[in-house]
Amino acid sequence: MKAAVIVFPGSNCDRDLSVALERATGTPPKMVWHRETELPPVDLIAVPGGFSYGDYLRSGAMAAQSPVMRTVVEHAAKGVRVLGVCNGFQVLTEARLLPGALMRNAGLKFVSRPVGLRVENVESDFTRGYEAGQRIHIPVAHHDGNYFADEATLDRLEGEGRVAFRYVDEDGEPTADGNINGSARNIAGILNESRTVLGLMPHPERAVEPLHGGTDGQPFFRSLVEALS
Amino acid sequence: MSPRNEPAVTAELAAEHGLSDEEYALMLRLVGRAPTFTELGIFSVMWSEHCSYKSSKVWLKTLPTTGPRVICGPGENAGVVDIGDGLAAVFKMESHNHPSFIEPYQGAATGVGGILRDVFTMGARPVANMNALRFGAPDHPKTKHLVSGVVAGIGGYGNCVGVPTVGGETNFHPAYNGNILVNAMTVGIARADRIFYSAAAGIGNPVVYVGSKTGRDGIHGATMASAEFSEDAEEKRPTVQVGDPFTEKLLIEACMELMATDAIVAIQDMGAAGLTSSSVEMAGKGGLGIELELDRVPQRETGMTPYEIMLSESQERMLMILKPGREAEARAIFEKWELDFAVIGRLTDSGRLVLKMHGETYCDIEIAPLVEASPVYERPWEPTPARAELEPALGALPARPVAELLKTLVACPDLASKRWIWEQYDGQVGADTIYRSGQADAGVVRVHGTNKALAITTDCTPRYCVADPVRGGAQAVAEAWRNLTATGALPLAVTDNMNFGNPQKPRIMGQFVGAIQGMAEACRALDFPVVSGNVSLYNETEGQAILPTPAIGGLGLLDDGAGAVPLAFQAAGHAVLLLGATDGHLGQSLYLREILGREDGPPPPVDLAVERRNGDLVRGLIRDGLVAACHDVSDGGLLVALAEMAMAARMGAELPGLAGADAGQLFGEDQGRYVIACPADAAAEIARRAGEAGVPCSSLGTTGGTALTGFGHGAISVDELRRANEGWLPALMAGELAPVV
Amino acid sequence: MKAKVHVTLKKGVLDPQGKAIGNALHSLGFGNVGEVRQGKVIEIELAETDRSKAEAAVRTMCEKLLANTVIEDYAVELVG
Repeated sequence: MKAAVIVFPGSNCDRDLSVALERATGTPPKMVWHRETELPPVDLIAVPGGFSYGDYLRSGAMAAQSPVMRTVVEHAAKGVRVLGVCNGFQVLTEARLLPGALMRNAGLKFVSRPVGLRVENVESDFTRGYEAGQRIHIPVAHHDGNYFADEATLDRLEGEGRVAFRYVDEDGEPTADGNINGSARNIAGILNESRTVLGLMPHPERAVEPLHGGTDGQPFFRSLVEALS
Repeated sequence: MSPRNEPAVTAELAAEHGLSDEEYALMLRLVGRAPTFTELGIFSVMWSEHCSYKSSKVWLKTLPTTGPRVICGPGENAGVVDIGDGLAAVFKMESHNHPSFIEPYQGAATGVGGILRDVFTMGARPVANMNALRFGAPDHPKTKHLVSGVVAGIGGYGNCVGVPTVGGETNFHPAYNGNILVNAMTVGIARADRIFYSAAAGIGNPVVYVGSKTGRDGIHGATMASAEFSEDAEEKRPTVQVGDPFTEKLLIEACMELMATDAIVAIQDMGAAGLTSSSVEMAGKGGLGIELELDRVPQRETGMTPYEIMLSESQERMLMILKPGREAEARAIFEKWELDFAVIGRLTDSGRLVLKMHGETYCDIEIAPLVEASPVYERPWEPTPARAELEPALGALPARPVAELLKTLVACPDLASKRWIWEQYDGQVGADTIYRSGQADAGVVRVHGTNKALAITTDCTPRYCVADPVRGGAQAVAEAWRNLTATGALPLAVTDNMNFGNPQKPRIMGQFVGAIQGMAEACRALDFPVVSGNVSLYNETEGQAILPTPAIGGLGLLDDGAGAVPLAFQAAGHAVLLLGATDGHLGQSLYLREILGREDGPPPPVDLAVERRNGDLVRGLIRDGLVAACHDVSDGGLLVALAEMAMAARMGAELPGLAGADAGQLFGEDQGRYVIACPADAAAEIARRAGEAGVPCSSLGTTGGTALTGFGHGAISVDELRRANEGWLPALMAGELAPVV
Repeated sequence: MKAKVHVTLKKGVLDPQGKAIGNALHSLGFGNVGEVRQGKVIEIELAETDRSKAEAAVRTMCEKLLANTVIEDYAVELVG
């Protein structure tokens, strides 16, 4: 699997994502600066977390308009897999590669901690390594992770099995208690129609080695390597 | 020399700038003619307490600052210690107290920004942030607002720049009602042979300005930080700077990129007193002169005067001396990162600071006296009277059930969980965090690309310091050393942040002197030199001083980060042991304050030889893989330490070793103690090694179950303790706590 | 010419910040406060003298960047 990691001014999880991808594939991904208009031939484009352009105006808004994102959108249309983590998820929604928007957390505060997730869809190249309904723990760190979409869009996402991950409580249930940021229907990650684009707020790259305190992110990267190699 | 459009300098104007009569007279002598307004501004900030350390200097010199690991001690932007394999850790702690009280979000945010710059200026990539916070009484009308603003500001800045905040401490006490303390610490990693310093060199070399544009932010912030507050402090709001963490992140990346070349001769961030202190200090250290064309300084506002440009504290700016001919290469890097870059002057052999604008000279003064002739005061001081010992009868347990006492203690402001705070800080960005707040006695961060890890802690017990500054100063150092040790790390060095009241009062100066004496003694005994620091004086409002707060930032090294131990019990059936002696010292304990409503007695004695012996034993046990969990016994005493290990694990313990213990033994704050949990078969080996080292070792019991039990006080539910411990701060911040009457 | 762009959350989109401000106003004793919505104002200096051209340009800016029309409405006001 060949991968590229997009770097915006203000990205700060670009290295972490690159390290996790290198661990999984054995080769370092290409780091692509936001002003580039060409992408190397890759199987996966990863849009990392951070505060692109300071998250000024709206999280991800300015990054979505950067030169490289036009190219990313073109590649996505051709079926190249695109992953957006945290700020990357916000960028993908702003670029309209994924529906909905990520608003200020309902609690209004930045939240950084491991959260319980339920894997809802295991039929994508990103999630095949998990069991359906598996409960995992992955860290989040965001201020704007409150997923919003209108009811029709939410129904469609559910109907088409495009909800990839949901926040759950200590008992593994998607309750209000387990919903750390007020997301509609506890949504933590979604897929596009063709299941080739995934955006999620939690950081799987922060859960790939025992020193991270958990390794529930490993199957995520393993899924990608198995599907795209 | 009398530039147009500048007010004439008078004794009154000098007094408004905070210069004393003697200082003004000295300045007139040094200038040798009528000084310009710009020159007055420069003298006033350079000679402010904040920049000149005029009240503290003579005492700071008594701290030990050298050691085999020390690459660079105090005097540079940050301290540097060798961590082996060609790498160095660069770190410092700095206060942003006054600005944070006036505008908590921006004050705290720019505090983080400033300390980050101190570290990356030296060529180190910042890898961890910490903060030590002190607020007023929880029920004081401003406290909630200040807590929420400061925490949001620290998070807003640190999270955006992508440096994990891995720990810290927060206290509440009415003595901080009018003067909160916001002390921020940053640790960075650099190649040991690629440290950047601030001494300018090379006559004719270009002086380069990079970063954000200059506005009228924070003019006279440095003098504000050196004056006592009055009730109208809030009217000073316009002088507070605004932080831009996005630009800081770009500045880090651009500086790192340029530092990978050999184009830089010297570099310094523009912190307090901005362009003035950076240019004067760089030229002063290099023994050179500097000439600046202020028209070339990138400006955000129109019509700025030389005085304003020199005194602005706009954030996210750096000053560099480049090698000749390297400007284009450097400019390309900064332009790639969309940052301002301007050659604003050059180094000269005149030894003078010369400032020109619109073809006119606004300043032409000798640099050396500005730095070297700055006033130094040996302020009169009074030793703090010793507190009377407490009556021994206090050691008996009161009639209230121990379960209730413990629940009250774990929910008291100083012991309650600070999760509400640290969950607002990204603790894991960088993916190298091994332990963050709440998980171990110190934050533990892997050195990227290696197996090594750094352990980082901040410590101070102000209630000990006010009762006995010498003992309190020693205790702060000892506790930092102990917290690092409890993770398995070898303590390397210290940064200090000395927060005190008005040094012109002999009683306050006595607190400062006492704390330094205690710290110096402890740092020597524990081979724990001070490599950087900051002094914040005049933390008083309406004559009411803060508790003396010498905050200690400690740095330790683990050769293998995977061997670091957490504080939570790791498995049921583990043996629980106490290392160190318990005398039942209740003076200045939280038990005394929270249960008996008294703040008196002397703080616990600190025996540095015992401290060292016990710590060296524990570190060896951890290194040899015998220990599963370790926690030092500090605030709240032994039963609180056990409760903290249990709450973190959501697992109880059977503790027959505590049967018959009185209040002193359960809640006394004797120093030099550690609770460890280990697999049952390691307990005998640990006891044997403790015996050999002469360290008291007692078996307390066994982990397991859901309660602390088996010592004659029923079953104290860990869940209930957790609820009490976790509930206090969220309830305070939600406005749900009834005001304490 | 200067344009002022007002960006607000669409009706029906939960505005947690507005809600918090509303609660704070209530606790300060402003009992007559109903729903509060928070938005932002963006001021843009434009080198353009034709009002209709200016408005069209700013509307395009809103659609492309200044507002996220999934959740936000915008209004353009031309000054001077």
